[in-house]
Amino acid sequence: MTVQSEPQPSQARRVPVVTGARVGAAVCLILPLVSMLWVNSYARLKPTFIGIPFFYWYQISWVLITCALTAVAYVLIRRDERARRGQDEAQGGAA
Amino acid sequence: MKHGINGVALAVFVVFFVLVSVLGFLAARWRRAANAETLDEWGLGGRSFGTWISWFLLGGDLYTAYTFVAVPAAVYAAGASGFFAVPYTILVYPLIFCFLPRLWSVAHRHGYVTTSDFVRGRYGSKGLSLAVALTGILATMPYVALQLVGIQAVLDVIGIGGSASSNAFVKDLPLLIAFAVLAAYTYSSGLRAPALIAFVKDTLIYIVIAVAIIYIPIRLGGFAHIFHISEQALTKVSPATGKPRGELVSSAKNQWAYGTLALGSAMALFMYPHSVTATLSGRSRAVVRRNTIILPLYSLMLGLLALLGFMAIADGVGKGIKGYNSQLAIPQLFDNLFPSWFAGVAFAAIGIGALVPAAIMSIAAANLFTRNIYKDFLRPDATPEQETRVSKLASLVVKVGALVFVLTMDQSAAINFQLLGGIWILQTFPALVTGLYTRWFHRWALLAGWAVGMVYGTWAAWTVASPTQAHFGGSSKLIPGIGKLGYIGVTAIVLNIAVAVVLTLVLQAAKAPAGTDETTRTDYTAEAGEEGVEELPLAEAH
Repeated sequence: MTVQSEPQPSQARRVPVVTGARVGAAVCLILPLVSMLWVNSYARLKPTFIGIPFFYWYQISWVLITCALTAVAYVLIRRDERARRGQDEAQGGAA
Repeated sequence: MKHGINGVALAVFVVFFVLVSVLGFLAARWRRAANAETLDEWGLGGRSFGTWISWFLLGGDLYTAYTFVAVPAAVYAAGASGFFAVPYTILVYPLIFCFLPRLWSVAHRHGYVTTSDFVRGRYGSKGLSLAVALTGILATMPYVALQLVGIQAVLDVIGIGGSASSNAFVKDLPLLIAFAVLAAYTYSSGLRAPALIAFVKDTLIYIVIAVAIIYIPIRLGGFAHIFHISEQALTKVSPATGKPRGELVSSAKNQWAYGTLALGSAMALFMYPHSVTATLSGRSRAVVRRNTIILPLYSLMLGLLALLGFMAIADGVGKGIKGYNSQLAIPQLFDNLFPSWFAGVAFAAIGIGALVPAAIMSIAAANLFTRNIYKDFLRPDATPEQETRVSKLASLVVKVGALVFVLTMDQSAAINFQLLGGIWILQTFPALVTGLYTRWFHRWALLAGWAVGMVYGTWAAWTVASPTQAHFGGSSKLIPGIGKLGYIGVTAIVLNIAVAVVLTLVLQAAKAPAGTDETTRTDYTAEAGEEGVEELPLAEAH
């Protein structure tokens, strides 16, 4: 690995800071934030689910949605980090 | 409330308690390293925990007994507003997904044990690091005390200790025994003890919730009926205050408070020393990130648990009793509806649920004291053995302090301080989280911002009155400039950041010394197994 060599300048040139994977992950992570902070969108009693008011079952179901979104973000970021790492390694070998 | 001791429940409770105590002591031998006398071993479990152990440890740490008692209690007392805990625990994970892996990497490469270690290394400022350490210790103490409140609630309902007895010594004896045992195994086993006990705790909790969420609604005639009765109870105007007790759905005037409380609490959670301790004990960066995906399972449980608050209303718990302590509502509901033996299992789950976080919190506060006060200011040349010894003793002091707190002061004092602690710990967010991304902020500006946030937050909380108390009556206050009720911690952190930005610009213009940064850019993305990450003698941190 390239802890000693300084990979930063050329790295910035080869993999851009903003990649599709990073944007996708950011969207996955921001969605729960927006939906939960927009309290007015779910401050309702109906429709109920097995007798539970909307306000409650909606928020509980967002736990699961967030879980899935975070998992997607994890896969995207891991792929992105591998790409950056692999490139670092190639440079380390060349240096 | 039933009178007398629930014998079967008590017996089940005691059996589980003895079981986890034995586990706690045996934990010292579990995955033991050659040299156990370092802070990495005692205070971070050798930084060796994989995804599953970390999951149990973090779950046991974040979702405390107090949470399990207090969240449904808040729902029981006021309805919708108590449910903020669910969006709160939803927001936590996307947030920490971003910054926690960076903290793990830089801490691993430089051998940091606490957040203050990182702040000192990043900004070259012992003052800022001391501010973060003191805030962490201050915020943790009442949190430990609240775990005792959780145990007390259970003992109360079983019929031993607490208000059930008039003799002061007998009254507190069960709590004293529980705490002596806890202190002893934390001292000897360190972070390994709560990690092992967390398995038992979480298994019990999952079983109890699964049963409760199916069995209790059937007994009470279904969810529709439960919410129907709850709505009637919550909207009935109280003759004492002239206001309804609460509401079933957050109304327009309370929505800002609901949202900001969720956001502020989510931002604060991983500023707490005990969360960071549990995170740093993970084996790799990937372990930390994977945990942000599977930890929400606990939030699901918390959401279901919160609904128990409505079931307690529907069951008529505390109905007609003046000044009923809502913290007792859930244990009382279990006592009323479950057969004795299963009530005992549920009580054991709550009781053990208090022991895990109490142990981790005291270890985390002790690490802060040792690393950032003792080593930085009192004994800079302390050896790893000395550090570990001081940390072990400090963990005892933290626990004794919490015990004295609970025994000598009113329960509401612990809750007030916990409320303040949340506001306080949030004020360390700018220094820590921005520091993980940028060195733009000036260390003195961050310190000034922190001070402003602390003072404003404390003052604002002091001015909030409630029907029962003149000060510290709640966590929300009108947001200046917006005119809505909002969480004080969030207003304080906005002020905090504003001050830090302005002063940074001023100090940069004045060319004030910025301090040395001992970290490099690649430190923040390092993964275990890379060069310079695996070998980490503690001395390297200085």
